[in-house]
Amino acid sequence: MRTDGKVLGVHVGRPALRDPAWLRSILIGLALGFLALFVVLPLVTVFAQALRHGLIAYFDALAEPDAVSAIHLTLLVAGIAVPINLVFGVTAAWAISKFEFTGKSLLITLIDLPFSVSPVISGMVYVLLFGLHGWFGPWLREHDLQVVFALPGLVLATMFVTFPFVARELIPLMQEQGIEEEEAAVSLGASGWQIFWRVTLPNIRWGLLYGTLLCNARAMGEFGAVSVVSGHIRGLTNTMPLHVEILYNEYNFVGAFAVASLLALLALVTLVAKSMVEWKWGDSLGHSRY
Amino acid sequence: MVMPDHNIYAGLTVAVAAGRLGRGWLGGALARVHQAWSGTKAGEQGGMIIRYSVLPGFGLTLGLTLSWLGLIVLLPLAGLVIHAADLGWSGFLAEVGTARVLAAFRISLTTALAAALINLVFGLLVAWVLVRYRFVGQKLVDALVDLPFALPTAVAGIALSALYSANGWIGSILVPLGINVAFTPLGIVVALTFIGLPFVVRTVEPVLQELPPEEEEAAISLGASRLQTFLRVILPALTPALLTGFALAFARGLGEYGSVIFIAGNMPEISEIVPLLIIIKLEQFDYHGATAIGTLMLLLSFVLLLLINLLQAWMRARHAH
Repeated sequence: MRTDGKVLGVHVGRPALRDPAWLRSILIGLALGFLALFVVLPLVTVFAQALRHGLIAYFDALAEPDAVSAIHLTLLVAGIAVPINLVFGVTAAWAISKFEFTGKSLLITLIDLPFSVSPVISGMVYVLLFGLHGWFGPWLREHDLQVVFALPGLVLATMFVTFPFVARELIPLMQEQGIEEEEAAVSLGASGWQIFWRVTLPNIRWGLLYGTLLCNARAMGEFGAVSVVSGHIRGLTNTMPLHVEILYNEYNFVGAFAVASLLALLALVTLVAKSMVEWKWGDSLGHSRY
Repeated sequence: MVMPDHNIYAGLTVAVAAGRLGRGWLGGALARVHQAWSGTKAGEQGGMIIRYSVLPGFGLTLGLTLSWLGLIVLLPLAGLVIHAADLGWSGFLAEVGTARVLAAFRISLTTALAAALINLVFGLLVAWVLVRYRFVGQKLVDALVDLPFALPTAVAGIALSALYSANGWIGSILVPLGINVAFTPLGIVVALTFIGLPFVVRTVEPVLQELPPEEEEAAISLGASRLQTFLRVILPALTPALLTGFALAFARGLGEYGSVIFIAGNMPEISEIVPLLIIIKLEQFDYHGATAIGTLMLLLSFVLLLLINLLQAWMRARHAH
């Protein structure tokens, strides 16, 4: 989508490839109808349901103490998980894109692995390790420590599901950019940190921002994985998506959709920011796989 | 936060200790896997071959990457498989062979397949419209395609459930016609269609864009109709990308949980998906059952991942000439 001029040029100059107007209208209509039904309508529903009883009911639902603590917990979990994955992503991308070593494609596949695993399994593996009946369960209990059904479990599960986001944006980008600029910096006597801060980081900053945005959206919105490790303790271990579930199951629809609308806003802000990065700096982004 | 700080610290210490254990295991495993794959002597030397580079930081960054990957992803996943191995073959089969588990797998596989097929058709349509035509609001539409990636699954789940319930906007039209979507397997298909929507569009889009127009023009100049050109020239060129997108959407649908549970109704053997059954088993402290089902799911994911990697290699090979 990022080469409008070129595509437009191709078809203006190639009348044989122009579909007739009636066909174009039908196909555009079908595509927009499908998107309206499956994407726009659900999004509109969230806000319509949240505001069903007016603004006062909406803000009351958001100011409710359990909702506030869910918002705090979500920010805290993302605030820990996202920076860690950011550092990991940069580190992994540096090793993979700047050096040649055997087993590299296997390593890339393994980094992508969390995308292929069901979120429920991503949470379950930590229950099996740190839960009461897990491998480290008895040891943790002896030392009066809690991982599962507490903050560390939520952070671990969130880190697992958001593990590949930053790395997968940076790896193709940094591979395309090559190592000439860094080599030049080395030959001029720059240290490793200087090279990273002054040469590499300015080159990858938009890709890094892009990956971090997606990572953050997923971290704040993750449901399946945190659902397994949370224990659903109201006001204590409920993140926003989990709080939405509880309210919805209690038929508190305004409350559920009010909290959900915050998450939907986050998704919209993420999409807008992502689109802006793509449109303005599309050339300085690597080729994402989808 | 109510959570005392020392808990976080201790959790990390445990994790670090576990990682040290895992690192040796991981290094060895990687070397062995590599040896098996490439047939070179690198595995025998017990290390990785590095081409000399003047850039610093290789040991540090690769070491951190491998330890962190081992700690957060590989060690926990290995733990799941080891738990399952403890069950033995007969124990494993007894856990996954029950009518309820088999039904859950049937439901998950068929609904994910149906949703991926819907996305195959409409994903191609959306990609076609976005690449080949120009219309008002196109950039907005293009951005909207990514919404299912960005919208938290639980939000999508309650929104779809509200839409398709008897008094929802769509449900109030469909239910009088005798079509029940909410709380039936059809609801699962709707949720998985939403979730899988971007995959086909985003894999087909770049390939469609790079398609050389000369080939189509050649077909037309040789007397082919527009439909023949599409079926004989465009579609074969798009096949690897279409299959990749289809497989990605299918894999995502198979493991999906959040968007499905609100709309599915979750009746055992009718509309209960595998991820939900795992959660139910965990909540009943039936760790054996959860482990066995989880391992089977993991195996399915690996097979799909391998398939997707092969498809992507095929796509690149197609793309290269």
